[in-house]
Amino acid sequence: MISKFIKNAGWPRIIIALFLLALFVTAPFVGVNIYTSFNNTLVRFGMNGVMVLAMIPMVQAGCGLNFGLPLGIIAGLLGATLSIELNTEILARLAGLGTQYKISWLTQEFITTYREPLGFASALIIAIPIAAILGWFYGKLLNRVKGDEMMIATYVGFSSVSFMCIAWLLLPYKHPTMVWGYAGRGLRTTISVEGYWLRILNDALSLKINEHLTIPTGMLIFFAVMALIVWIFMRTKTGTAMTAVGSNPEFARASGVNVDKMRTISVVMSTILGAVGIIVYEQSFGFIQLYMGPFYMALPAVASILLGGASVNKAGILNVIVGTFLFQGILTMTPSVFNSVFQTDMSEVIRLIVSNGMILYALTRKVRA
Amino acid sequence: MTNNNEPLLRLDHIGKEYYGNRVLSDISFEVNSGEIIGLVGENGAGKSTLLNILFGMPVINSTGGYEGGIFIDGKSVHFTSPNQALAAGIGMVHQEFSLVPGFTATENILLNREVLNGSLMSYVFSERVSTLDREAMQRRASTAINTLGVNISPDMIVSEMPVGYKQFIEIAREIDRKNTRLLFLDEPTAVLTETEAEILLTALKKLARSGIAIVFISHRLSEIKELCNRVLVLRDGKLITDAKTEELSIRQIASLMVGRENSRKNDEEPVDTSSEEPVVTEDLNETLNLDPKANKKKKKIKPALKVEHLWVDMPGETVRDATFEVMKGEIFGIGGLAGHGKLGIPNGIMGLYPAGGKVRLFGKRLTLNRPRVALNRKMAFVSEDRRGVGLLLDEPLDWNITFTAMQTQGRFLLGIPYIFQMRNEHAMAKEAKKFIDALSIKCTSSKQKAGELSGGNQQKVCLAKAFVLQPNILLICEPTRGIDIGAKTLVLDTLKQYNKENGTTIIITSSELEELRSVCNRVAIVDEGKIAGVLPASSPAEEFGMLMMGQKHINNEEGERTA
Repeated sequence: MISKFIKNAGWPRIIIALFLLALFVTAPFVGVNIYTSFNNTLVRFGMNGVMVLAMIPMVQAGCGLNFGLPLGIIAGLLGATLSIELNTEILARLAGLGTQYKISWLTQEFITTYREPLGFASALIIAIPIAAILGWFYGKLLNRVKGDEMMIATYVGFSSVSFMCIAWLLLPYKHPTMVWGYAGRGLRTTISVEGYWLRILNDALSLKINEHLTIPTGMLIFFAVMALIVWIFMRTKTGTAMTAVGSNPEFARASGVNVDKMRTISVVMSTILGAVGIIVYEQSFGFIQLYMGPFYMALPAVASILLGGASVNKAGILNVIVGTFLFQGILTMTPSVFNSVFQTDMSEVIRLIVSNGMILYALTRKVRA
Repeated sequence: MTNNNEPLLRLDHIGKEYYGNRVLSDISFEVNSGEIIGLVGENGAGKSTLLNILFGMPVINSTGGYEGGIFIDGKSVHFTSPNQALAAGIGMVHQEFSLVPGFTATENILLNREVLNGSLMSYVFSERVSTLDREAMQRRASTAINTLGVNISPDMIVSEMPVGYKQFIEIAREIDRKNTRLLFLDEPTAVLTETEAEILLTALKKLARSGIAIVFISHRLSEIKELCNRVLVLRDGKLITDAKTEELSIRQIASLMVGRENSRKNDEEPVDTSSEEPVVTEDLNETLNLDPKANKKKKKIKPALKVEHLWVDMPGETVRDATFEVMKGEIFGIGGLAGHGKLGIPNGIMGLYPAGGKVRLFGKRLTLNRPRVALNRKMAFVSEDRRGVGLLLDEPLDWNITFTAMQTQGRFLLGIPYIFQMRNEHAMAKEAKKFIDALSIKCTSSKQKAGELSGGNQQKVCLAKAFVLQPNILLICEPTRGIDIGAKTLVLDTLKQYNKENGTTIIITSSELEELRSVCNRVAIVDEGKIAGVLPASSPAEEFGMLMMGQKHINNEEGERTA
């Protein structure tokens, strides 16, 4: 019974889970508030969940782990910054549409009341097509380098970040809260979303349990909906074909499936989820981080899904949930507990060991070349 | 050099088992210097194993060694590595080239036997640091190449040579070795053009006159006949014949190779039947009349599949120019030696490898190179590469069985086509269960992963996958490869039954000629990428053997000559 459970769950998960449990148990004794810790874990889970979810389509289609997630993140950042830049204009246009087509509920009052959710929605709506286009090219590229997807993906991520470092400076953004004050142009490294869509999901339907623990219901529901969409998609005809392509491309080809098309679709999906993921992250975090911000964003997401028990060519929703929870749990708990015990900051070290160690572990387990 | 009383090489009751599977038994023969011996046998007759033993290949030792003894000049030897065999004067030219592509002919011929310049450095350290005497090397290489009677520049880089040249370089390398006295050639002419092959044969005769003994392996029996002094025929791991070449006709050799005792009446004494003149029937209508099933309705039967000048670029199984017809409701076999392209035909028709030519399916032209189109035209395919192409090893059985039907025919789905369709897990499991019962696939449930099943059960899953498609034409490659005897019979019976019940046209490609003859109505034999001939399954085995060896024409000439 126990051995079967261990086999199903896998040693890495059990060790990490026990470690996390130990941290939660120790927390009260070293003066760390367990509610605060749990609250942080939940918030971080919601923030990162969608980006971890972005790993599923590509893993299932045999494109490996999406180390090129920064590409999707960049699409998300474009959506986020554009939604702020064009906020006034978008809202004005909406009001215009309301009067033009006589949509009764789309009144000026409605728009003023729901200014923030509409801003968030516009960020998503702008980001998704950009992500789809970038993902399509990215997918075409990955189809040319079958077998080396993950290495190429890493460089796609890195180079796209570097490219955007130039673009962020040169793009004609004008909005005063976003551009450098002294020059009047070029985006800042960190942009606050306060006044636009700060904590828009976190605060929606949030449940305040006590002073230290507030459940970010809205964000969790948003994650659940995204997870459900992915879950359903993987069960459609296309999703099934995609899984078969990942499992055995030759079999899929002999069954009349267009292997390259399926792979491209998976990469597009993954990139879109990355874009949505970063916007969810930003609304909770409160800031849009440009320039080198997305540089290492892929690694925690990759580590999370691997920690959740996914392999390089098989991943499911459960892997995402378990992995994200464990990974973010460790990340939240280690600084508070370790710092209280040892009086030093070990959190970064632990985070690096866990994330890179997990990636290393999973890659050595790679069965199929 | 050789002791006159003892033969150069003597094999004494050599036998070999791989994991309890006997591949060679009781092989005894002698080779004298200057002799050219032809070694023939079907695929799997044990030729490669015999060569591996003689050459001391590690695979032999790691699987438990061999039985019997090998004697060179009367002295017992036991090679455990190819280096020992080389030292003892045995040279071998393999079917696959073992040349360094980026090196010149000279460098390849003298690889590891380079002529060295002496120097202080080499005196102080070792030979490894000495420089090469390029001129001397060139001379030696030229001598070796000239011995073969071909004109190849010693400075030519191997990767830029035509295949034929590469073969000559391989042989030159072996004869450059001073002590080579016994040369094994494994199908050296397979990649050569006719003129090149002739040059090679002349060169080999010249070598033999200089005292080197040659063991020549070839499927081209005319070459054996022309070149060799003696012929050894291997069949099922046994030495069937050891006779002077003059004593046997090509037809006799062919029948000895493929003939199975206890299979059919006319095979019992293959040598005798060969004196008759059975007609190699090529005319389709004539053979069709021999096909009882197709003739049942006494109507002019239309071909289900008409293939004209098909070429397929499948690595290792190239099809050059295949033309044949398969009648509706027929079980059609495609046989031939490995590497001659029989597997390329079904793979090409299904669009899995680049192909060209005309394929007509029930009179309508089939677009090639598009697996989806082939599947939409109601053809189903069971691949010879079960684990590589045939199955999703990491997915459950119901996925494996229903996936192709789901993707191409839109079955096992819920929802609206083209808009939103989810897979119907319930229907998938039900269909899988149906076939698990019908084909008695041994598994825990339809959710078991295909990779966990045994070979025979995996093959049944592949068949189920094809049956689910309800095909008009079923193409099956190597249906019984790698499965045990019980499963073999079951698989073949299933096919026969399916053909009878549904009238499905079935095309079976197999290396096992006997299997084809027992199941099929007609069998086509592929030789060097072309259809050598189509015979009714009831034709004597030797006829098939002749076609396989590409001997049809030569044999006819020979027949005329003897007549």
